[in-house]
Amino acid sequence: MKLPYYPGCTLKKNAKNFEISAMAAAKHLGIELIELPRWNCCGAVSSLTSDDVMHHVAAIRNLVRVQQMNDDGILENEYRLIVLCSMCFNVLKRSNMLVTSNASMLNTINSFMDTEPDYEGTVEVKHFLEILRDEIGFERLKNAVRNPLKGLKISPYYGCTLLRPKEIGIDDAESPSIMENLIEALGGDVADNPYKSLCCGSYHTVGNAEVVAQRTYKIIEGARRNGADVIITSCPLCAFNLDNRQALTEKLYPGFKRMPILYFTQLMALAFGYEKEAGFDGNFINPIPLLEEKGLIGMKVQK
Amino acid sequence: MAKKKKIDESKKMVRIYIMGKEYLVPAGLTIMKAIEYAGYRYIRGAGCRAGFCGACATVYRKLGDYKLHANLACQTTVEDGMYLVQLPFVPANKAIYDMEKIKPDENVILQYYPEVARCVSCNTCTKACPQSLEVMDYIQAALRGDIKKVAELSFDCIQCGLCAIRCPAEIAHYHVGQLARRIYGKYMMARAKHLEERVKEIEAGKFDDEIKKLMKMSVAKLKELYNKREIEGEAMESG
Repeated sequence: MKLPYYPGCTLKKNAKNFEISAMAAAKHLGIELIELPRWNCCGAVSSLTSDDVMHHVAAIRNLVRVQQMNDDGILENEYRLIVLCSMCFNVLKRSNMLVTSNASMLNTINSFMDTEPDYEGTVEVKHFLEILRDEIGFERLKNAVRNPLKGLKISPYYGCTLLRPKEIGIDDAESPSIMENLIEALGGDVADNPYKSLCCGSYHTVGNAEVVAQRTYKIIEGARRNGADVIITSCPLCAFNLDNRQALTEKLYPGFKRMPILYFTQLMALAFGYEKEAGFDGNFINPIPLLEEKGLIGMKVQK
Repeated sequence: MAKKKKIDESKKMVRIYIMGKEYLVPAGLTIMKAIEYAGYRYIRGAGCRAGFCGACATVYRKLGDYKLHANLACQTTVEDGMYLVQLPFVPANKAIYDMEKIKPDENVILQYYPEVARCVSCNTCTKACPQSLEVMDYIQAALRGDIKKVAELSFDCIQCGLCAIRCPAEIAHYHVGQLARRIYGKYMMARAKHLEERVKEIEAGKFDDEIKKLMKMSVAKLKELYNKREIEGEAMESG
């Protein structure tokens, strides 16, 4: 299955292990993710003002690239655009929804982008998790596992951007289950967290890191109370706030113990037998001692 | 008939507005020549006059067209009803950096030119580029730290600054491209081994006698030698 894929800037910089692990996992499942040619920034947080059209140009220009891939024969009638980064997913899908429900706004953007073909509103923005659930299915995914994550207590963290606003959410905004199902399929144990969709503090990390560190504490302790060894996420900004900000959390909360934060694709790569591609050396809090203790890495996987 | 028509064409004049003042200039002139025809003398804003140096950036509007256009004055012909002005210099902050100390990592461009992150992908820079470069694409590559791509896409930049004067995000694209090319050239491109070897040979005096011989030669003899020289491309083709 060939699918167009939008990486986003962070997956080429701070979150390389997210992309590399996802590529290995997708390949193992028979999915070929083809990077959009000439993609640009998704728009990274578009303004909520209804007449701020300019800030949707970036997103729509990326959707035009999907049309072009079909026109150029790189893809055959495939308009589902796969996104890994939750933030990019949120921005692209919201902009898409906005212009497909507002012909005059789409017309304004198309007229402005006079050097590109018109966007026809045909693209469907999909998160990689949706493809796993709806195309592959968790049963097939389970059969692809070669190194089950036995004994690892994994807590899902959705944050905001996968679930809200609910019109674009990939799952029930109040009670999601997609990551839980993935964890079970990979052979791990689910550790629930009442704060799994609490905002991590997002961009406050730039100007007010303490606010973020307080959230980090709340979210991690919520997972820990349910026995979690590790938290998984699909957002590089949430990952930064939950992972790197633990250094500050430690200072604010004496006795706080660090917990590894991973991209869900890292655990997929591990469970499928691609330990190197899982990129565990790229996380701020080193998950390797934990995974060794659980006997999940350094093992010979039968290929 | 054909001859007569040609004479008529050459007499045709067009009306242009230089900084708002109306002038009649012969059709077919470049903007650069037309400005001189109107009586202006260039102190800045003109260089090679052949589309290479980027000194003669011009912005103009055309009759019945609301869009602001940008190009090089030496490469664009005047049109009837054109409003134009020269931009001899584009004000843009140039970062100060030491190429010996700079860290060639993915965040280096954002460190010196953080406004790159303000790009909204409007593509106005690309439309303004007289070199037809994919300017927006290289700014986007800079944003994600792909220095090689920035260097490659901006390679033919002539530093005219038209991208920077048009950008709604106020990015100084041409400085960004230059920084990326410097980093790419110094830290990322493969070193040319044959060049290093040749420099060593020169320093060791391998060609000193040859140079001395040439210095003593008559002009006529030098010309003869030059005309009979072996040209690399040709030698390769015949060999």
